[in-house]
Amino acid sequence: MDESPYLFRAANWDPSRPGSIPDLLLAHLGYTGLAVLVGLAIALPVGFWIGHTGRGSFLAINAGNAGRALPTLGLLSLVVTLMGLGLTPVVVALVVLVVPPILTSSYAGIRSVDPAAVDAARGMGMTELQVLFRVELPMALPVLLGGLRSAVLQVVSTATVAAYAGLSGLGRLLIDGLALNDYGRVVAGAVVVAALAVALDLLIALVQRRVVSPGITGRGLARSRETAGTRAAVAGDSADRRAPAAP
Amino acid sequence: MIQYLSQNGDAVLAALRQHVVLAVLPLLLGALLALPVGYLAVRFRWLYHPLLNVSGVVYAIPSLALFVTLPFVLGTRILDPLNIVVALGLYTLALMARTVADGLRSVDPQVVAAATAMGYTPLRRLVAVELPLALPVVLAGLRVAAVSNISLVSVGALIGVGGLGALFTRGFQLFWTAPILVGVVLSVLLAAAADLVIVLVQRALTPWTRASAGRA
Amino acid sequence: MITFEAVRKEFGDGTVAVEHLDLQLPAGQITVFVGPSGCGKTTSLRMINRMVEPTSGRVLLDGRDVAAQDPAELRRGIGYVIQHAGLFPHRTVADNIATVPRLSGRSRREARAAAGALLERVGLDAALADRYPAQLSGGQQQRVGVARALAADPPVMLMDEPFSAVDPVVREQLQREFLRLQAELGKTIALVTHDIDEAVVLGDRIAVFRQGGHLAQFGTPQELLERPADDFVRGFVGRDRGFRGLSFTGAGDLPVRPVAERVRGAALVLDAAGRPTGWETADGTAPTAGTFTAADSLRTVADLALLSPVGVAVRVDAAGRADGLVAHHDLVDHLDARRARAAGERV
Repeated sequence: MDESPYLFRAANWDPSRPGSIPDLLLAHLGYTGLAVLVGLAIALPVGFWIGHTGRGSFLAINAGNAGRALPTLGLLSLVVTLMGLGLTPVVVALVVLVVPPILTSSYAGIRSVDPAAVDAARGMGMTELQVLFRVELPMALPVLLGGLRSAVLQVVSTATVAAYAGLSGLGRLLIDGLALNDYGRVVAGAVVVAALAVALDLLIALVQRRVVSPGITGRGLARSRETAGTRAAVAGDSADRRAPAAP
Repeated sequence: MIQYLSQNGDAVLAALRQHVVLAVLPLLLGALLALPVGYLAVRFRWLYHPLLNVSGVVYAIPSLALFVTLPFVLGTRILDPLNIVVALGLYTLALMARTVADGLRSVDPQVVAAATAMGYTPLRRLVAVELPLALPVVLAGLRVAAVSNISLVSVGALIGVGGLGALFTRGFQLFWTAPILVGVVLSVLLAAAADLVIVLVQRALTPWTRASAGRA
Repeated sequence: MITFEAVRKEFGDGTVAVEHLDLQLPAGQITVFVGPSGCGKTTSLRMINRMVEPTSGRVLLDGRDVAAQDPAELRRGIGYVIQHAGLFPHRTVADNIATVPRLSGRSRREARAAAGALLERVGLDAALADRYPAQLSGGQQQRVGVARALAADPPVMLMDEPFSAVDPVVREQLQREFLRLQAELGKTIALVTHDIDEAVVLGDRIAVFRQGGHLAQFGTPQELLERPADDFVRGFVGRDRGFRGLSFTGAGDLPVRPVAERVRGAALVLDAAGRPTGWETADGTAPTAGTFTAADSLRTVADLALLSPVGVAVRVDAAGRADGLVAHHDLVDHLDARRARAAGERV
């Protein structure tokens, strides 16, 4: 048997072998992607609607706090004992964790838009949908993507815990490693899942860089002397919008 | 649920007590350490962006991964509560250091200039002017840290030390919802209580923010 | 032409923003809505493009009730400029200006191409087209706001405190250029301001609003200054009303004394071309303090007469040659006579 550490054993990187690191990584990404997509489909329309109309803002403001207070392991155990083992209950639990940060950030993003710009948009003859998609959404992106980042990290983290409920994913390495006293496996799992989280975090930051207008981030804009102050303020603002995620 | 509570009251209480300790101890340690770190990131501006990045990376690491890795780094046993305290302390430090820096940066530079002009030494100015004015931002960050710490402690149950998390693993093994519900409700209530305490502390410490909010 | 017919606006919380407003804004002219905050001037403006719907009454645009028109369609035909410009920070200057043409279905290339000319029209370098709003000064942003409103060449423009957010020097410059632009374009403009001085400078007509949404007076700037309808308008128009009112009367029919006449013990000294160089008095020579032409206002004449060391203003012709003298008591006599005439007409 190969005596090198678990993380570096070639067999553990063979994607065709069930339970190998690539296999678990793919499963982990699958759960994460599925939960985030379903969560977005639920939370975005509601968040946009609340942000655009200003109705029900109490819900949107408090969703984030309430979501953060939910103990992930408790939520997972609860859903599994109620719905049984399997993929669906776990994804349901993960979706419950995605919705609050997306709801809060899409609402907050829309609300953070300069009311003068919205007034001007309406005054120039944009329909309500045009106001939302051409003016409010592009300006809300930095805050919204901050919420998405939070949600993705939360799900990557909780999907690790989901191995406890019998699911695949990188959490398997941690849970099985602990059960077997195979600490090499535990460390391998921890390293890969941490690397995955940091990589996804960077990816979202990169997407943000690409899709947010330089007029909002101030990135790469020529510095003209009289407006240097305004520019710096805008740039600092966008850096601060990277709200902390939950580990 | 009620039945479960009446039969297992002592065990639940012990779990709750452990939960509070495991959440609050790292909160205080992390926040205290964050003060000098956050201050340095403001004092030396070039430190600010590296701090943001490091804080982001630490916060991205999944909690279970951190819990199980720490014994190898610290040389502790896997069941040692110290692992949880250090892990949550790190998260708190990562979040609070940037919050302290943001708080200090949020202080009106004109007020700082006025304090300097009146003859405050830098240290006295920091303690008497800048820190109090940064409090609303700092305490807002502390609320986030407190609530997420309380929610994260229970993940520790997977390595045997998790306060109310023990109720989750127990319920899961027995496929019994009662202990899980009790744990979730208590955990959420604990988070709400911690949040409320910090809000009340903030009210007491920063009466001027209330005055301006009342006028607006 | 914009017409308000018995328009009333009551908000959900019971505050009455506008109370029975009857008003006609003449086509091709600037009508200024002025008044203290909370007087309903902005609400009235926003009822023209249906940003606010009246509780009762009608607003007509060229005889058609605006309530019968699709709001988005209606607004694309009305220029709209607001206090902080309200530029879209995520779009370049050119794309901001292209907004309404794009909404109306023109191609991006075509709409952007027109942006350069519009920038120059509002006094900006066409090279700014690819900048973002955050890269512009406040005054530049406001100019872009005006260019954006002009992009679809709407016959009507609504302007809500367009020059309030910039410093006084820039504001005066923007006001001057705005008047020059309006002289070329002849748009029908409704403009809201809280600043009575701005109203007097910009308005062909001024509507003074009073708290509670009542129209206190509607008239030309001169009428407002010379004959305020009541104490509220008098107080709002402010001090120096009489003096400021002189700026609306030309010096054309002001009788003058011959240049050679010795007035108040002083004689005008001319150079070889007949241009005034100063006064010869018993104590020596003194400067003239400036000159006026027949096209200037009585306010300029009064100012010069007060500033002149001998109390006499000097009129010159187009070539700068002195062609008449007005002593300050001549001006007072002239104003007395005018007042007597006006009183005779009213009786």
